[in-house]
Amino acid sequence: MAQTLVQKIIARAAGQDVARCGEIVTCNVDLALLLDSGGPRRIWPRLKELGAGVWDPDKIVLMTDHFVPAVDAQSAAILKLTREFACHFGIEKFFDMKGIGHVVLAEQGLLQPGMFAVGGDSHSTNGGAFGCYMAGFGAIEMTGVVVTGQIWLQVPETIRVDWFGEFAKGVVAKDMSLYLCRELGMDNAFRAVEFGGETVRSMGMFERMVLTNMAAELGAETGLVEPDDITLEAIRAAGVEPAADALEWRSDPDAVYLARHEFDAARLVPQVAAPHRPSNSGPADDYCDVAVDQAYIGACVGAKHNDLQMAAEVLQGRKVAPGTRLLVAPSSQQTMALAAADGTLATLVEAGATLLPTGCGACAALGAGVLAEDEVCISSTNRNFQGRMGANSSRVYLASPYTVAASAVMGRIADPREFL
Amino acid sequence: MIDSDPIYGRAWVFGDEINTDTMAPGLYFKEPIEVMARHCLEAVDPEFAASVKPGDIVVGGSNFGVGSAREQAAMAFRELGVGAILARSFSRIFYRNAINFGLPLLTLPADAEIRAGDLLEVDPVGGTIDNTTLGKRYAVEPIPAHLMTMIDAGGLLPWLKDRYAKPQKF
Ligand code: SF4
Repeated sequence: MAQTLVQKIIARAAGQDVARCGEIVTCNVDLALLLDSGGPRRIWPRLKELGAGVWDPDKIVLMTDHFVPAVDAQSAAILKLTREFACHFGIEKFFDMKGIGHVVLAEQGLLQPGMFAVGGDSHSTNGGAFGCYMAGFGAIEMTGVVVTGQIWLQVPETIRVDWFGEFAKGVVAKDMSLYLCRELGMDNAFRAVEFGGETVRSMGMFERMVLTNMAAELGAETGLVEPDDITLEAIRAAGVEPAADALEWRSDPDAVYLARHEFDAARLVPQVAAPHRPSNSGPADDYCDVAVDQAYIGACVGAKHNDLQMAAEVLQGRKVAPGTRLLVAPSSQQTMALAAADGTLATLVEAGATLLPTGCGACAALGAGVLAEDEVCISSTNRNFQGRMGANSSRVYLASPYTVAASAVMGRIADPREFL
Repeated sequence: MIDSDPIYGRAWVFGDEINTDTMAPGLYFKEPIEVMARHCLEAVDPEFAASVKPGDIVVGGSNFGVGSAREQAAMAFRELGVGAILARSFSRIFYRNAINFGLPLLTLPADAEIRAGDLLEVDPVGGTIDNTTLGKRYAVEPIPAHLMTMIDAGGLLPWLKDRYAKPQKF
């Protein structure tokens, strides 16, 4: 039976030859990502209640990112407990304050094509850029995984999205994702989205991760990109040898898709998603009269090394507008180091940006950069639900780092193409 | 603990794409669930958390529970005593979380007519929703047997307790 990539991975993890869409199967987990937010603080008390331990400490990866650095006694206590959990259960793949989990997972070369991975955070879909199954689950289900190493799921159908053509200047993966939220809607629960086509093939792993990260906004089970030489190169760059069968993890040519979509990247213009949903997107030009109090370059999806470079390209020799603040929270320590070494950070700071610590921070109103009542923010993050970044009446517009930086210079939402 | 008996309650009606940030706001994320539940949906209906009664039924539009994996979104409804949640469609993580906390979820047919305050009777196993106020009955997809076992057990944790608990030293 012809199968899509996600079906093949699930079949392998369930110990079957094939996985039929709609079938309910139990899968063996290859990697479980736990974060400080929904990880030990919620799982440990349940393990105690069950009188159970962890199934395999080598398959658990633990990170602190949501509450770092501690801003109050509560977040400090959560971090302390997370560290104690790592020590108690002998979890060696513990990355404390190294960056946002989804990004660090990639930096460390922990994802391989064909893996079946789960994470206690909705943007775990990010990992699918490596041609693996990676999806997000709540802490209660992660408790089950930690105890048993297994999880049930219903085999999803796959939507195939192909992009062709070359981007115009100033247009990037984030614009694709915001555009797709509008085109495909956010109600694709229990479906997987596979991204392909020559445009996606030519994109680096950082950009592919933007597409799979925001598969979460499409409501999808996961987002995937079939592995190729770029995937293997990224794994090698992390100091890990790719699995021997890595390139075999592809959809069959005659696999059945729920739907197929083709888009022309050359016709895409910079996108902005207006409050309060990522699908509320349209050309950045349409929002040029919106004044912004805060511009934020941050989050797993929007503050990797290339994102910071985009912002610096716009901000080179320019200043942040008076009355607007630009906050930059690099998504990992590695990002921070690379951007320090190549002068990107200096460009941002000279332009007037405030540099924040690595972590989730303002993205989910957990750390520095929270919005006051009625404030407007343009942000390189992935969600703009009401109250997401602070007060209920604050308003968040989502955009690419190019657009966020251009808007910081203008003090109002701006089309970045005029700045490049 | 919720069992598979029919659920009776008053309807609280919400719109499309009610997201988890409004159910469990980030601003109260570090607070215990009792505190967080008091702010459940306050951005859309400031009255809800204070006025909802045990057994009441939450009715949503499409993609109910869109957003983050935070299980506190589902827990908040349990904490407030909500008896069941009905919606045109659910986001997958919210759906899974709610079932894992023993909260029955049913998908509403397109023609279902439910107004705020209507009295409802929901049968998750038989697959019916009665709007007793309007005298209308709707057939819905029952909750699959393997999920109903978990709901009947009171959620994933009690279910795990039955199956996997083994003595360990701490
Ligand atoms: S940066 Fe934002 S979207 Fe990414 S994991 Fe952290 S809170 Fe979630």
